[in-house]
Amino acid sequence: MTVKLPRIGTAQILALAAILAINGFVSPQFFDIRLQDGRLFGSLIDVLNRGAPVAILSLGMVLVIAMRGIDLSVGAVMAICGAIAASLADDHSLVVTLAAALGAGLACGLWNGFLVAVLGIQPIVATLILMVAGRGIAQLITEGRIVTFTDPGLAFLGGGSVLGVPTPVVIALAMLALTLIVVRGTALGLMIEATGGNPRASALAGIGTRLITLAVYMWSGLCAAIAGVVAAADILGADANNAGLWLELDAILAVVIGGTSLFGGRFSVVLAVVGALIIQAMNTGILLSGFPPEMNLVVKAVVVLVVLLAQSPRLASLGLIFSRRRS
Amino acid sequence: MTPASSSVSRLVPVAATTVVFLLGFLICALTFPNFASLRVVMNLLTDNAFLGIVAVGMTFVIISGGIDLSVGSVIGFSTIFLALAIERWGIPPFAAFALLLVICALFGAAMGAAIEFFALPPFIVTLAGMFLARGTAFLLSTDSIPITADLYGHLSDHAIRLSGGARLTVPAMAMLAVVAAGMVLLHLTRFGANVYALGGSRQSAGLMGISVGRTTVLIYTLSSVLAGLSGIVFSLYTSSGYSLSGVGVELDAIAAVVIGGTLLSGGYGFVFGTFVGVLIQGLIQTYINFDGTLSSWWAKIATGLLLFGFIGFQQFTLHMARRPRRRATTGSAAANAAGAAS
Repeated sequence: MTVKLPRIGTAQILALAAILAINGFVSPQFFDIRLQDGRLFGSLIDVLNRGAPVAILSLGMVLVIAMRGIDLSVGAVMAICGAIAASLADDHSLVVTLAAALGAGLACGLWNGFLVAVLGIQPIVATLILMVAGRGIAQLITEGRIVTFTDPGLAFLGGGSVLGVPTPVVIALAMLALTLIVVRGTALGLMIEATGGNPRASALAGIGTRLITLAVYMWSGLCAAIAGVVAAADILGADANNAGLWLELDAILAVVIGGTSLFGGRFSVVLAVVGALIIQAMNTGILLSGFPPEMNLVVKAVVVLVVLLAQSPRLASLGLIFSRRRS
Repeated sequence: MTPASSSVSRLVPVAATTVVFLLGFLICALTFPNFASLRVVMNLLTDNAFLGIVAVGMTFVIISGGIDLSVGSVIGFSTIFLALAIERWGIPPFAAFALLLVICALFGAAMGAAIEFFALPPFIVTLAGMFLARGTAFLLSTDSIPITADLYGHLSDHAIRLSGGARLTVPAMAMLAVVAAGMVLLHLTRFGANVYALGGSRQSAGLMGISVGRTTVLIYTLSSVLAGLSGIVFSLYTSSGYSLSGVGVELDAIAAVVIGGTLLSGGYGFVFGTFVGVLIQGLIQTYINFDGTLSSWWAKIATGLLLFGFIGFQQFTLHMARRPRRRATTGSAAANAAGAAS
């Protein structure tokens, strides 16, 4: 029998609740939240705060995957934009710094989109180029050093708080709201789903598939840039080697856990963010429970497999296939 | 296998890769007086042996239309497994090698089976495999463990001595053997023909009577076994085991395959091209080492540029290959369009 995940995503919410409950069980003070120096503290807030970069990444990734694409370069783009932000922060105003970092993210997205939409290169390969070269470019910007900064304006984006809520969480929520308004408030989401479902038919129906593909990759680049700036602001510096390392995989995982099909055509922005929170809640849970952090990857692998099997179109007809293969 | 008329044009991408390598080598030789020696070439083979072995497996996977992201993690798992098996558990090295290759074969077969029987994208299945292999390696040990077994000393001393102090080492010999075996397997056996057929179209391959499931499982088994072998070579090369070794090797391997002229959409490619692709990556690294002032991150940028160049070249040749056919079918309309454009 097949486990069909309902559209509303009860399965994901239940999974998140279950993981949080387990966390609360292994660490009784997990749900304690206290207000200190005008900022909320506690494990639950920590999950939200640490999960914010991946959640922001997944907002871009979910649209790319809905177009039947994939963006492997987001980790490298994070490193590039973090490096730009950190090296400009102390000598330039915050507006200039952010404009440069986000502009670089958009440019990276434009490059990916150009390769995919105009040159017709497969998304995995097209974004692989920037994934390989991007980290080199980031190291070029930082000249191989770890660039640190002291600008309080940029630091606020990583370590500050708005009404007690950490800024990264506020930024992630704002991005989520923006994505929802743009995608679900207009026909754009429908067009993205149509293009992912059948690009040719959508083009014939009058959808500008090429322009939408470009826009979606640029959006992913912008999300990666914001995540990169937040990550750099969090540690008050940019490490071109390690910033955003393997986060593209976490973002893809978040989207897949959120029930978006890798074959394109259907997507849920909110559930992708829930997926990012599930990943972070697992990470935090493993740390709290005293298991070695090395367990993390194994647990992740098991979760991916379970989610994949639950979504597998063939699980239902498995018996049939086996009998057909024998004959 | 292929008509003689098309087999010449089929070799164009591989020829282009080879020309790029030779040009690159020429540039290096003109820049650095000591570069053009047998010793540099042999070191090129030794230093890139583990990448070459794993890239041969990746060639099979990519020609069949799939991708294997797990190979780097399998190398990491292999080195730490060997170090523990030989140093801590007292298993004789050759028995440890055999045991490791069996584990890798089962791992690859499981991934292939998941891809085939549950109709899942290879990308995400091998991503899970990547997490699983790296995680298992971490669980085994997070320390770097030196391997002091006698065999390792013998194997690293054992080398065919050539003129000018050049040595054909065991890792280099292993890579050359794997490349040769890969060429035979891909180009001269039924399994190889099936791999091409799968990459062309899984559905047509199935309708032609090829056992698609069996071939898929075998392809991923082969890739994981070669990753295990690459892990053995890597542990010989470094005389140690470390769970973080081989991070990012899957990207280098994919890059080598693409630079070698293999189509990432599957159905076309050569093992020899991959071999040259590995050598080109090695050449970039060697150039940077010889230069001394360039930083190592230029290697990544250069690889990215080469990737872009070769993918662009592929798109261009594909475009050119499609054009005459379209002109033949739509006849005068295309000719008129061409006339209007000029």
